[in-house]
Amino acid sequence: MKWSAVPYSALRALRRNLMRTLLTALGIIIGVGAVITMVGLGQGASAEVKEQVNRLGQNVVLIFPGERQLGGVSIGGGSANTLTAEDARALREEIPEVIASSPEVRSTRVVVYGNRNWATRVYGQSHDYLQIRNWGVESGEMFTEEHVAEAALVAVVGQTIVEELFEGSDPIGETIRVRGLPLEIIGVLERKGMSLMGSVQDDIVIVPYTTAFQRISGRTHAMVINVQVFDEESMEIARVKIADLLRERHRLAPYQEDDFTIQTQEEVAQMATETSRVMTWLLASIAGISLFVGGIGIMNVMLVSVTERTREVGLRLAVGARGPDVLLQFLIEAVILCLLGGIGGIVVGLLGTEIIASIAGWPALFSAEAMIIAVTVSAAVGLFFGFYPAWKASRLDPIVALRRE
Amino acid sequence: MGESGLVRLKAIERVYRTGRVEVRALRGVDLEVARGEFVAIMGPSGSGKSTLMNILGCLDQPTAGNYHLDGQDVARMRKGELARIRNRILGFVFQAFHLLPRTSAQENVELPLLYRDEELSWKDIHSRARAALEKVGLGERLDHTPNELSGGQKQRVAIARALVTEPRVLLADEPTGNLDSRTTLEIIDLIQGLHRQGLTILMVTHEPDIARYAQRTITLRDGLMASDVRHTPLDARQALDDWTEARQDMTPTEVVAP
Ligand SMILES: Nc1ncnc2c1ncn2[C@@H]1O[C@H](COP(=O)(O)OP(=O)(O)OP(=O)(O)O)[C@@H](O)[C@H]1O
Ligand SMILES: [Mg+2]
Repeated sequence: MKWSAVPYSALRALRRNLMRTLLTALGIIIGVGAVITMVGLGQGASAEVKEQVNRLGQNVVLIFPGERQLGGVSIGGGSANTLTAEDARALREEIPEVIASSPEVRSTRVVVYGNRNWATRVYGQSHDYLQIRNWGVESGEMFTEEHVAEAALVAVVGQTIVEELFEGSDPIGETIRVRGLPLEIIGVLERKGMSLMGSVQDDIVIVPYTTAFQRISGRTHAMVINVQVFDEESMEIARVKIADLLRERHRLAPYQEDDFTIQTQEEVAQMATETSRVMTWLLASIAGISLFVGGIGIMNVMLVSVTERTREVGLRLAVGARGPDVLLQFLIEAVILCLLGGIGGIVVGLLGTEIIASIAGWPALFSAEAMIIAVTVSAAVGLFFGFYPAWKASRLDPIVALRRE
Repeated sequence: MGESGLVRLKAIERVYRTGRVEVRALRGVDLEVARGEFVAIMGPSGSGKSTLMNILGCLDQPTAGNYHLDGQDVARMRKGELARIRNRILGFVFQAFHLLPRTSAQENVELPLLYRDEELSWKDIHSRARAALEKVGLGERLDHTPNELSGGQKQRVAIARALVTEPRVLLADEPTGNLDSRTTLEIIDLIQGLHRQGLTILMVTHEPDIARYAQRTITLRDGLMASDVRHTPLDARQALDDWTEARQDMTPTEVVAP
């Protein structure tokens, strides 16, 4: 037989049955595209969560005022007044494993520059806060221990402030006002993006906590103490030492509960990972359903033409084709179809992931496994239903295949 | 005849089994056809004409009996060898045309050439198909798909497809069964032309008028050969000319009539 006629006949057959070809390819494209997009998004989201947990900083311990609440979480606490700036300093100075410690107060305040206003969150922190958060300055500098000691009127601002108040021009050396207090901008923070909770972390002004406590937030106590521990192995010891030191400083009797809650980064990360895992599964199930629906589509389109295919096989046999010759043609036809659909699906999936990820602000991740699984499944469906009727027909006597109705 | 018979059937039987029912479609048919004969096979519906034709065409295997085609024992052959016989020695024309839909006449005719053992060049394939279509008078319709062709033209394409491999025997199962009488005559004329060029032809028909264009008529009844008659064939060309004349005689009268 003429071998160059095999791919030729296959391509002709695909063109001859253009509608069937397109519908089948569409089924594969939808299935593969959906799987790649969904899994890509799920993985992108998890990666983003991990990334953000990392951006919390390395080996971070958060200490909240008030006792541990049911469920163990009290993020955004600060209801109780039990943690002081002195506690924070004591942690840094008396526990060797603690390498940085920053008492935090937050308040939402209107910041004024010239005739512009912008409501933002003003944070009081110590000089080593950026180290804890693993955050850098893009220009200028973070305030120093001396600035904190003398409660200097200086501020480090996030990118959102630069955009909203300074229209992107360099704000270093400019003075902004918060509650009438003039603050000189000495540094601009690197862009950080959205937080785990969905807030824009760049919408921020950081000032020495000594400046913030009384004069900006009107508080006497820290809402959180951000602590950084030397390394991962020291986390548990540090945790015990922190608890001991704070109990001692707060003069708690042995029968009294802690008046603070210690939470490690690990615990925060676990919560976040759990959430993103659930989401990944959800997306993966949607993808699975799409793949299934695509598969049924392929099957239907293929089965509709079984009679025509059977007759075609019968005719080819009648004019002298051998069973294997005919099978090869149909096999190649199905393979070409699945390849086209698979490539189309991958392109659609990658584009879809890219687009949605860019809208959501996540990294676009492509999972090779998802790609392989999706292409394999839809190719298997396409191959089976494209090939099986031909295989059956090729085993018939030509005259029986020709007469099939 | 004797040993020189191109087609030699001996005691051919064919039993169809559908579930528990057995249909004995052929019950012992003997037939010899010499090179260059034009044989019509007749018989009432259900007498086994198509069954016999399918066996002759190696599309079906007899349940019992011997079949020698061109000296080869085809009843004992395996599927692959039969495919070769169908491709090289036989040309088959069906009542229902069986052209590939949405495929040009040219490509339909090329089909058997794609399955030849020895490879032909594409150029050769194209030119042979074109020549076959010209032979059946469709040189102008190479690119037409079956749904752009009339019934007679479709059957011409099918005949071209049967001829393109230069077979020894042309088998036609009611080739004119789906055609009107004028087109039927044209197809018969074409077949007679092929016969004059030396092709051996076996044709099933249930119309005695058509059988008379063959040289020999075999009649089947209940799966057995009932008669085998040789006769002088009518000339389809002549019949076509008469037909045209008759129409020309008629038309002016009708037009002139007040
Ligand atoms: N595939 C089959 N399965 C079962 N029985 C069959 C099959 N093909 C034919 N028969 C039976 O065999 C007998 C002969 O059928 P065949 O088609 O050869 O008749 P025929 O002479 O060609 O008739 P017609 O003029 O109607 O085409 C019939 O009784 C028919 O019912
Ligand atoms: Mg019949």
